[in-house]
Amino acid sequence: MDISIRVGGEAGQGIQSIGELLLKLFSRMGFWIFSHQDYMSRIRGGNNFYQVRIADRPIHSSKQKIELLLALNQETVLLWKDDLTQDGLILLEKSGDPPEPSSKQLHVPFTSLAKEAGSPIYANTVATGSLLGMLGFSLNGLEDVVKDSFSKKGQTIADQNWKAFELGYQYAKRECLACSFKISQPDYSKRMILSGNEAIAWGAILSGVKFYSAYPMTPSTGILNHLAANAERFGLVVEQAEDEIAAINMALGASFGGVRAMTGSSGGGFALMVEGLSLAAMTETPIVIAEVQRPGPATGLPTRTEQADLLFVLFAGHGEFPRVCFAPGNPEQAIYLTNKAFDLAERFQIPCFIISDQYLADSTWSLKEIDWDKLVYRDFRVREGDHNYKRHKITPDGVSPLAIPGLIEGTVVTDSDEHDEEGHIIESASIRTQMVEKRLYKKLPHIKKEISAPSYYGPKAPKLLLVGWGSTLGVLLDVTEDLNKTIPTGLVHFSELWPFPEIRGCEAWEAIQRAEIKIGVENNASGQFAWLLKAETGMSLDKLILRYDGRPFYSDRLREELDGALSRP
Amino acid sequence: MELYQDLKGQEPAWCPGCGNFAIREALIKAVMALGLAPKDFVIVSGIGQGAKMPHYLRCNTFNGLHGRSLPVATGLKIANHNLTVIAEAGDGDIYGEGGNHLIHTMRRNPNITLLVHNNQIYGLTKGQASPTSVPQLKTKTQPFGILSESLNPMALAVAMNASFVARGFAGDVEGLKNLMVEAVQHRGFSLLDILQPCVTFNKVNTYSWYRERVYYLKDHDPQDRIKAFEKALEWGDRIPLGIIYINKRPCFEDRIPVLKKGPLVLQGFELDKVKNQIFK
Repeated sequence: MDISIRVGGEAGQGIQSIGELLLKLFSRMGFWIFSHQDYMSRIRGGNNFYQVRIADRPIHSSKQKIELLLALNQETVLLWKDDLTQDGLILLEKSGDPPEPSSKQLHVPFTSLAKEAGSPIYANTVATGSLLGMLGFSLNGLEDVVKDSFSKKGQTIADQNWKAFELGYQYAKRECLACSFKISQPDYSKRMILSGNEAIAWGAILSGVKFYSAYPMTPSTGILNHLAANAERFGLVVEQAEDEIAAINMALGASFGGVRAMTGSSGGGFALMVEGLSLAAMTETPIVIAEVQRPGPATGLPTRTEQADLLFVLFAGHGEFPRVCFAPGNPEQAIYLTNKAFDLAERFQIPCFIISDQYLADSTWSLKEIDWDKLVYRDFRVREGDHNYKRHKITPDGVSPLAIPGLIEGTVVTDSDEHDEEGHIIESASIRTQMVEKRLYKKLPHIKKEISAPSYYGPKAPKLLLVGWGSTLGVLLDVTEDLNKTIPTGLVHFSELWPFPEIRGCEAWEAIQRAEIKIGVENNASGQFAWLLKAETGMSLDKLILRYDGRPFYSDRLREELDGALSRP
Repeated sequence: MELYQDLKGQEPAWCPGCGNFAIREALIKAVMALGLAPKDFVIVSGIGQGAKMPHYLRCNTFNGLHGRSLPVATGLKIANHNLTVIAEAGDGDIYGEGGNHLIHTMRRNPNITLLVHNNQIYGLTKGQASPTSVPQLKTKTQPFGILSESLNPMALAVAMNASFVARGFAGDVEGLKNLMVEAVQHRGFSLLDILQPCVTFNKVNTYSWYRERVYYLKDHDPQDRIKAFEKALEWGDRIPLGIIYINKRPCFEDRIPVLKKGPLVLQGFELDKVKNQIFK
């Protein structure tokens, strides 16, 4: 079983609430879920959708083709009717006039059923119930899910919403003669559903983050919101800064003060932080930065997705200094890599990045279990010490003891100017040389050792090899599985990008050697990762499939594009 | 109690006669009067001649970027509110490059003290106009004089309802020291603007120019905002020194629930405990 449901309408019509309720319902039923959102940069009007895909096996991406379309307005029908599969159906409101007969549409009187349940404002709940009725699921165990979703508004409203849900369900089940979905009850097991932004926030909390400052910017704002919502529970302070420059400087101040600190933004906001990034490097102050990409340049497409800030993040900042860049492929990786970023940032006193994008940020995945053994917490701070402390002491591995001001007897001194071991301004050529070598040459080999090789999925000797990074992992996994039915296909996926991992001898190495054709897939216009791969390893990819319309890859569409690419010489 | 000698840091690289020497002298004396040990306070500074201060004093130091001292100081104070946090900046640094941070730090009201070395000129970059330069001043980059209105930091701060607003003068070390002590002791954000002659680049606002004009406020009620605004606007023949405005309001750290349990830096982290709390 594999069904995709798209809920479309204007901003402000409650699309997101319907989507979230569907996630809860399907999750309770035990399905594997993937959802993603496509929304415009506006609060009212326009056309948005929330897409939920459910299956009885793990799935990792969205499809272009859908089985069910819940249209909250007519424009949605016009926009997406061609995306319906052959058996696909549209669900929409039955208005006063008798609907034009169409076997492709089911008209349900959302508003009048909602009134019957208690209030016209329950129309979306009626619609959600209707979707479940069309699919033919049993309502067993769903009452609590629906009522819990509205429990904050009081018992009466929760009860009335359940009534509305049932009315919609029964109407659709009775009236939908064309509904013939093949339904299987999944093998129930408890799973989490997590979005990319939530996962980064949880990863930070699980790493002992104590301070997060940011300026709101789509699509990174979810991290700020999730951390703020959990601040009191987990003992952290979240501050909305006046701008991104303040955000990174506040985080650096907090980190200098002895706590784990983080900031986050999207490309334009990170552009403002670049000066502070360089400050982090010079003062050797640990910091974790999330860069949740959206299409640029400038304001670009604020609510849409792209992977075009890779080289910007890798090379941002004046001067030369080490950094670590991770690009998780799904929320599970986002938790582990955020945790690893905090560990490496503090251990090496460097900036560490989590590169995400709108697609990963706003999509949700089903997650089995967290592998707790993969999480580390090592405190690298020096909390006791005498007057002889030197903040930037030269050591064999370049890493100086990281003391907390006020806790040790000595003073902790650092400077954005080049400085000596004590942290005071210098202009001496020899000290400058030693400091550059300390920060860069001495630390770098130790940092490099911590970077994992890319993951490999597929047969040992593939004919076709797909290469991707970051948020395209899910769609590439689904496509790889599909392609393997006809052609031996492997997937090399990079989530630890910088320092560039050693690929010779890694699990993917043999597949890379044996593959007859290598195709890179990236959500950008210039193939930035392909460029990086070539620069770092000398390895060229034969073809690139690039998408830069601000939309994510869909597994079915990508499959078609790959077939097209393979058929061309 | 620290000795004067113990608090002196490196030898300053300022021009002979620079107002910064007097500010340093006043600051060392203020630190002694406050009974602060070098480990107990931090100076966060930006970039400029005045911002080099923490190197010339023995203290914890974060000498950051031009204009950015206040966000760093705010983050640091949140991390450890047991520390006394002093930000030091020049007029170009905090009224120009860091203007937005100043406005929002006044709104936020963390318990930190900002000392502004206001010499009404850019010293480090050799004599360009600053936001507080007088309009008739001609410089290498403003050969026709300064076309923009001068920024009035005192009026800005009173308008922002800042918690503590005062002006000092580098020509009076003892008076400046007393103002510094009051600024640090005030619970909330304190702005102490210090008139400081630049002997090399500012030929208008000299020691004698200031001496002819400055006077200490007497019988002034700093909690009267309207009167404070009047005094904040006074500039020209007479320039008032002292505490212009006090707005007693809760400081930022006191209003953050998580910090009621003590300084953030002393609140530990146990992965196992958090694990059990999440995804139950």
